Amino acid sequence: MGAFHDLRLAIGARAKRQRLLLRAYRSRHDLAAVRDRTAAIRPDTLLLFATMRNESVRLPYFLRHYRKMGIGHFLIVDNDSTDGTAAMLAAEPDVSLWRSGASYRASRFGMDWINHLLRRYGSGHWCLTVDADELLTIPHRDTRDLRDLTGWLDARGVPMMAALMLDLYPRGALSGAVCPPGTDPATVLNWFDADNYTWEFQPRFRNISIRGGVRRRVFFADTPENAPHLHKVPLIRWNRRYAYVSSTHVALPRRLNAGFDARLSLPTGVLLHDKFLDQIIAKSRDEKLRGEHFTHAARYDGYYDALIADPVLWNADSQQMTDWRGLETLGLMSRGAWC
Amino acid sequence: MTVGFLMLCHTALERAAQVARFWAESGAPVVIHVDSRAPRHEVEALHRRVSDLDTISFSARHACEWGTWSLVAATIDAAQQMLDRHPEVRHVFLASGACLPLRPLAELEAYLAVHPDTDFIESVTVADVGWTVGGIDTERFTLRFPFSWRRNRRLFDGYVRLQRRFGFRRNPPAGLVPHLGSQWWCLTRRTLDDILSDPRRKEYDRYFKRVWIPDESYFQSLTRLHARCVDSRSLTLVKFDVRGKPHIFYDDHLELLRRSNCFVARKIWPRADRLYDTFLSPRPAIGTAEPDTATIGRLFDHAAERRTRGRPGLYMQSRFPRQDHENGKTAAPYSVFQGFTELFPEFCGWLSRQAAGRVHGHLFSPERVEFAGGASVGPGCLTDSLPLRDYNPRAFLTNLIWNDRSARQCFMLSPRDTQPLNWFLATDPNAQISVVTGAWAVRLFRARRPFAQIRREAARLQRLETQQLGVLRSGYVKARVRIWTLSEFVENPTEPLQTILEEVGVRNPRQLLTPPQMVDLTGFGGFLQELRNRGMQPRLMGDFPAPGGWRSPGGAVSGEGEGS
Repeated sequence: MGAFHDLRLAIGARAKRQRLLLRAYRSRHDLAAVRDRTAAIRPDTLLLFATMRNESVRLPYFLRHYRKMGIGHFLIVDNDSTDGTAAMLAAEPDVSLWRSGASYRASRFGMDWINHLLRRYGSGHWCLTVDADELLTIPHRDTRDLRDLTGWLDARGVPMMAALMLDLYPRGALSGAVCPPGTDPATVLNWFDADNYTWEFQPRFRNISIRGGVRRRVFFADTPENAPHLHKVPLIRWNRRYAYVSSTHVALPRRLNAGFDARLSLPTGVLLHDKFLDQIIAKSRDEKLRGEHFTHAARYDGYYDALIADPVLWNADSQQMTDWRGLETLGLMSRGAWC
Repeated sequence: MTVGFLMLCHTALERAAQVARFWAESGAPVVIHVDSRAPRHEVEALHRRVSDLDTISFSARHACEWGTWSLVAATIDAAQQMLDRHPEVRHVFLASGACLPLRPLAELEAYLAVHPDTDFIESVTVADVGWTVGGIDTERFTLRFPFSWRRNRRLFDGYVRLQRRFGFRRNPPAGLVPHLGSQWWCLTRRTLDDILSDPRRKEYDRYFKRVWIPDESYFQSLTRLHARCVDSRSLTLVKFDVRGKPHIFYDDHLELLRRSNCFVARKIWPRADRLYDTFLSPRPAIGTAEPDTATIGRLFDHAAERRTRGRPGLYMQSRFPRQDHENGKTAAPYSVFQGFTELFPEFCGWLSRQAAGRVHGHLFSPERVEFAGGASVGPGCLTDSLPLRDYNPRAFLTNLIWNDRSARQCFMLSPRDTQPLNWFLATDPNAQISVVTGAWAVRLFRARRPFAQIRREAARLQRLETQQLGVLRSGYVKARVRIWTLSEFVENPTEPLQTILEEVGVRNPRQLLTPPQMVDLTGFGGFLQELRNRGMQPRLMGDFPAPGGWRSPGGAVSGEGEGS
């Protein structure tokens, strides 16, 4: 790739970032503060940003998990929940809550809202941006937490950590994966695909695209180009000029996407994706009608139909979840130079 | 006879206070230097925390910046203060605020008592160090570095380039040989005193003020002028990673640190409560073991090597390699067979009975992925989906070999298969490729199709195989390649088969080799002649006599079914 071509890509990326920031700024009107406790944020507080809709089942464990990881304040946008998610969130002492009734899809799947909140409250802080069904795990998880990790990254002047999204699934049919609120979803969803991942370098945003896992194996085997991306940059020391592009897969400026580059010897994490709980069946019915989840919604009708049919995702070559060391042995996570 | 500690502190002052208290309460005087850029309230808290201990004193404060003279200036002031105020001190130990004593003070004192005249300071001439990271080694001492590397990186780099361009050099003061080493040392009072009261000190200081990272060279060089007995190693355990940054120790390193028998380690993560609690709790001084940095060094280096170089054949997102800089293209040796299934319809079954490997069929067949045993999902949850395989065939193959690396992988290839990996296979030292050229014609020979179609297909396959053979015979080949023409092979198939089997690993070595049944080639010569008559020149099969004059060895006759 020539230097000239890369320069064009760089200029394009810059324009894109500015457009995204403008969109984020405009979307501020969508957000109505329900509980604003941001005054409690101290300069070294680790922040978590998320958009949620009907997550009352996952929420209790989600908060516990991330508090234990060292998150000091949660900034959450509730997108019209009807199951009491908002009330649960508003009652938590370390949560600031916004409500939005606007379209999830029109706000680029909540990213405009999140970009706005990140810019407003996240600058200068380490910010973790995740979905309600993503539980981050990091190397040395049993003895170290995110404060230790971000301290190490700070000492090296590294502004981000990349993570692989790992789709978990149950041993049997999805309808059997019942997870009572407050318990770790990984006790029910404890299987995953160990090594059917492919990577490719994408020059446009200089990111490494990773695809594979159970979703591609089962739902996108015939259309690999539509398979979901699994690379993410969930943890960034935010700057008011930064922006997420699509979900947290790609961030701008482009240097933020270098987390998987082996030459930098950086630690990487794994986002345990507990999407495939029993509720997914009912939610798929719902989402198929709403069409709020994908840019090309019609392409994904087959995906929803397959989920509604309550499939068994497990097979004899599936790998059972152990701990972070197991993930590292499989090469799904790396401690980099953070020994 | 005692040892005094100098502590250079920048951040995490409450931890520094804990360590200073540990030493002072054990009977060692401590002089603390606090970076003058540390926040005022933290410095005041530090003073308060140690105010009850009169053997702890504070030295004149300097604004410290990494890589500059300020760190040496701070050390000199603190050292002078130590020598002036504490005449009982025989050794002076330089430590930082992120250091942690791993053994009781009495053990260190006992150790130093055995070596009363030894200066423990890592001190190596520039030519002999291999650990400088960043490209500036000798030039540390011959160029000037007036600009901050941290704040004005461009100016720093530009000025270095400018000096190189104009061939600027300066020489060290006469008699001084620049040495480098870890900045954490333990010197005898006598040596330190000699260094600080040297009549030429002004000259040395002026020189080192413009040296790059003088805290790694000032005392290291001057000690050589005054010391009686230098033990060129540091009593402080410091490990550096590939990027030249010190490793940080966390709670999970507790056992490692304990086993190292080092006196002091750095850097310790301020939140490592367990480390601080364990090593700062009072313990009896009983150990007399030599510090052992080698074991811990090996352990870390091994881990680091694995992280930086990755594992051969594992293409994982977190180990994204540069093209052709990967540490091994594939994880384990594997075998590729071309032309065998055409000649021996039962070849796959035969091979998996005879050899201790995983025998797949045509993995790259245009019809389906033929995993061993006809499975639809292979190891590691690879699927037999054609679009997925063809989306990234290289990842498909390397994943397969990595996932099932305990067994030797064998698979069949043919010019009929999709062949995007010819170069990849040919340049992979793990690949063993056996080709019977022209064997694809046997399949056409046995097919019952209109001859015009057969002729077209023959021309296409011959073109593809010729291209492939070009790759396999190029000068870049790293794979183990064996090529036979069809006629060579059928004359004596047992020997090549024996070789192949031995390579894959024979299941039962004492058993005599029974070759698989070969297809009946009666009339094959005539078939080739017919191709020639139709204007196509079959070149890859070798010599087959004209019609009727040839019979397969052993009279093998087998005609049922197509190739497996």
